[in-house]
Amino acid sequence: MKEHHLHLDKIRISLGGRQLLALDADIRGGEVVTVMGPSGVGKSSLLAYLAGFLAPVFEASGLVRLDGEVLNELPAEQRHVGLLFQDALLFPHLSVGGNLRFALPAETLDKAARVEQALNSIGLEGFASRDPETLSGGQRSRVALQRLLLSEPRAVLLDEPFSRLDAHLRREVREFVFAGLKAAGLPAIMVTHDAEDAEAAAGRVIQL
Amino acid sequence: MAHAKARPANIALRLAPALVLIVLIAPVALGLALTFLPAFGYLPVLGGEHFTLAHFAQLFAVPGLAHSVTVSLLAGLVTPLCALSLVLLFLASAAGTRLERWMRLLVAPLLAIPHAAAAFGLAFLIAPSGLFMRLLSPELNGLSSPPDVLIVNDYWGLAMSAGLIIKEIPFLLLMSLAALPQIEPDKRVAIARSLGYRPCRAWLMTVVPALYPLIRLPVYAVIAFASATVDVSLILGPSLPHTLSVMVLQWFNDPDLGYRFVAAAGALLQLGVTLGALLLWRLLEGLAAWLGRRWISRGERRTGEVVLRTIGQVGVGLAVLISIGGVAALLINSFAGFWRFPDNLPSAWTTQAWSRALGELALPLANTLLIALVSTVFAIVMVLAVLESEQRAGRRLSPSMLLLYLPLLVPQIAFLFGLIVATEFLRWAPGIKLVIFAHLIFVLPYTFLTLAEAYRRLDPRWAQLAATLGASPWRIFWRVRLPLLFAPCLTAAAVAIAVSVSQYLATQLIGAGRVPSLTTEAVALASGGSRGIVAVWALLQAIIPMLGFALALFLPRLLWRNRRGMRGLN
Repeated sequence: MKEHHLHLDKIRISLGGRQLLALDADIRGGEVVTVMGPSGVGKSSLLAYLAGFLAPVFEASGLVRLDGEVLNELPAEQRHVGLLFQDALLFPHLSVGGNLRFALPAETLDKAARVEQALNSIGLEGFASRDPETLSGGQRSRVALQRLLLSEPRAVLLDEPFSRLDAHLRREVREFVFAGLKAAGLPAIMVTHDAEDAEAAAGRVIQL
Repeated sequence: MAHAKARPANIALRLAPALVLIVLIAPVALGLALTFLPAFGYLPVLGGEHFTLAHFAQLFAVPGLAHSVTVSLLAGLVTPLCALSLVLLFLASAAGTRLERWMRLLVAPLLAIPHAAAAFGLAFLIAPSGLFMRLLSPELNGLSSPPDVLIVNDYWGLAMSAGLIIKEIPFLLLMSLAALPQIEPDKRVAIARSLGYRPCRAWLMTVVPALYPLIRLPVYAVIAFASATVDVSLILGPSLPHTLSVMVLQWFNDPDLGYRFVAAAGALLQLGVTLGALLLWRLLEGLAAWLGRRWISRGERRTGEVVLRTIGQVGVGLAVLISIGGVAALLINSFAGFWRFPDNLPSAWTTQAWSRALGELALPLANTLLIALVSTVFAIVMVLAVLESEQRAGRRLSPSMLLLYLPLLVPQIAFLFGLIVATEFLRWAPGIKLVIFAHLIFVLPYTFLTLAEAYRRLDPRWAQLAATLGASPWRIFWRVRLPLLFAPCLTAAAVAIAVSVSQYLATQLIGAGRVPSLTTEAVALASGGSRGIVAVWALLQAIIPMLGFALALFLPRLLWRNRRGMRGLN
C-alpha cells in the first residue's frame, strides 16, 4: 500500500481583513491530526479551503501539497481529498449500491463486483439494492466510509464526524473509521470539539 | 467554481443569467418604446409622422374614461389588500393546525384553475339566475324569476375584484408558504407566546414583519395584474364603460386602423394607472408599518384574538368554497338541459354542449398543449441554467437579476401592443412561434419565482460531498442536484404550464387572433355564448393545469416509492 503525504504550507485564512487561523502541518499516511478550537475560529473554513470550496468572501493563502503536487489551483473533484461529515449523507435518491457506485472512478472495470466486494467487507452482503434510509446508524456510517474509500482519495478530512452519533455507537464508529484510514495509509485532518475524539485518533492535536 | 474549463457548455452556463435577462427585458423595453411612439402620434406605417398630443386629447374625450380608470385603480388596490390580509390572517390563525395542512394540499389545485375559468365559475354562482340565487329561491326570498339586478358586470367592478381576490389568495398563500421556512415562524411565535401574547397576535406581530419583504414582489405582481386584467374583466367586469385595459383592446382591434393611435395612448395611460396603483400601495405599506409598530409597542397581548382568527379562516374558507363551488357550477351547467329558474338543479341533463365543443376542440387543444409545453421546457431549462450558474459562482446573483420580474410588474397590454408594432415592422407573420415566445416572457418569471428558493435551500453539503468523491460539476448537476430537486422542478413546470394555459392577451394579440387556444375560445364566449358551451370551454381550460399539478404530485411519489429519504425533501 502506497503511503500518501499531506503538507500544509503556511496556511492563512482571514475574513474581512481579520485573520482567522494560521497553520503549518506535515501529515504522513495513517496519521490523524486533530484540530480543536472554539466555534467561529475557522475550523470549517480550513476544511473547505483544503477540499476546494472555500466561499469567495474568505481570503486564504498558503500551499496545500498532496504527495508533492500543489492542490491550490485544482477544482475539488480533482484533488483526491475525501470528506466525512457529521451525518453519513448517503444520497437519498440512490440505493446503497448506487451510493458506492457513485464514488467509483469512471474508468473502474466491473463496478458491480467492486460494489459487492465493498459491501461484503463491512458485513452488508446483498444490501446493494436497499434504500439507505432503511439502514441503522452504524451501517450508514460504514457505507459512508466505504464510499469515501472507493473514490480512491489520497487524503481525508473529517468534519466533526462522530458528533451526531449516540454515545454507544460513537466508540464503534470511531474505531472502524480510524482503522480504515490507517489501513488505507491515508493522511487525515479531523476537526472536532470532543477531546475523546482526539484521544482516539492518537495523533497530534493542534489547538487553534 | 473558479476553475471551470472553457467548454462550450460551461461558457453557455456562465452567460445564462445575462441571456435570460435579455430575452425578458428586450421585448418589454422594445414593446414599451413602440407604445410610446404611436401614443404621441409617431407611426409612419399608418401615416403618423409628426409628434402630437392629439391622440391623448382624443383619449381623454372618450365618455366614461374617468370611471374606467377609477375602476382599474380600485381593482388594483382592493384585490391585493383583501387577498393579502386574508392570507396573513389565515396563516396567523391556522399556523401548525390541521387547517394549515389541508390548505397546503388545496393550494396547488386552486392555483391550477385559470383566471378565466375561475371567473366563469364565479359568474355562474352569483349571477341573478346563478346557483346561489336558485338555492335561496323561492323558499327564502319568494322569487320565482331571476331578480333584475346587475350582480356580475357591476358598475364598480366589485364582481371583478371578487373574482381576482379568489384567484390571488392561493397564489399569495403558495408564495408565503414557500417563504416561511426561511424565517422560522415557530420560534418567533414561541418566544412571543412565552411573553404572554395570544398565538394569532404573536404570529402577526413577529412573523408578518419578516415575511412581507419576502413576498413583496408577488404582491406587486398581483397589483399589476389586477389593475390591468383583460380576461377577468371581460367576464366579470363592468361593460358600460369597460375597464381601461378592455377599452384599449377594443380600440386596438377596431377595423379603423386610425384607432391604433388612441389605443397606444390608452396603453400608456394603463401603464400610468398600474404605476399609480403600485405607488399608492407603497404609501399604504408605509402607513401599515407605522400603525403596526404602534400596535406592537402598545404591548396589548390578548384582545381581538377571536375576531382576527375568524376573519382569516372564514375569509379564506369562503374563497376556497367559492372556487370549488365555481367548478361545480361549471360542471352542472355543462350538462344542463332544461333548467327552470328557481329549481336548484336542471330537470333534464344532456351532453349536447360537450359533443358540440368536442367537435371544435382539436385545434385549440393542440395549440394550447404545444404552446404550454414548449414554453415550459424553455423556461425550466433557462431557470435551471441561471440557478446552476449561481451555484457554481458560489455567490448570489447580482441584484440586476431582479429585472427578471419586470414582465410581471408592467401591464401586459402596455408592452404587448408595442411588440405587435415591432413584429409588423419586421414583417414577422403572427403565428404560434411568436405566441410561444410571448408566453415565455410571462412563464419564465413565475418559474423562477417557484424554483429559486428550493434550489438555493438545497443543503450545499450534497454537492461538496459529490465533488470530494470525484464528481465533476456537470455530473453533480445531473446525478445529484437535479434528482434531489426533481419534485420542486416538476412543481415549477406545473406552475409554468398553468401560467401559459391561462394567458389570454399574449395569445390573442401576438397570435393576431389566428392561434386559437382553449383560453381565447373560452373568453370569446364571455359575451353571448350559451351557458352550456361556456361551461364546457372553461372546464376544458382548467383540465390541463390540473393534470399538470396532479403529475407533479404523483410522479415523484412513484419514482421514489422505495426511497424514504426523498419524502418531505421539499
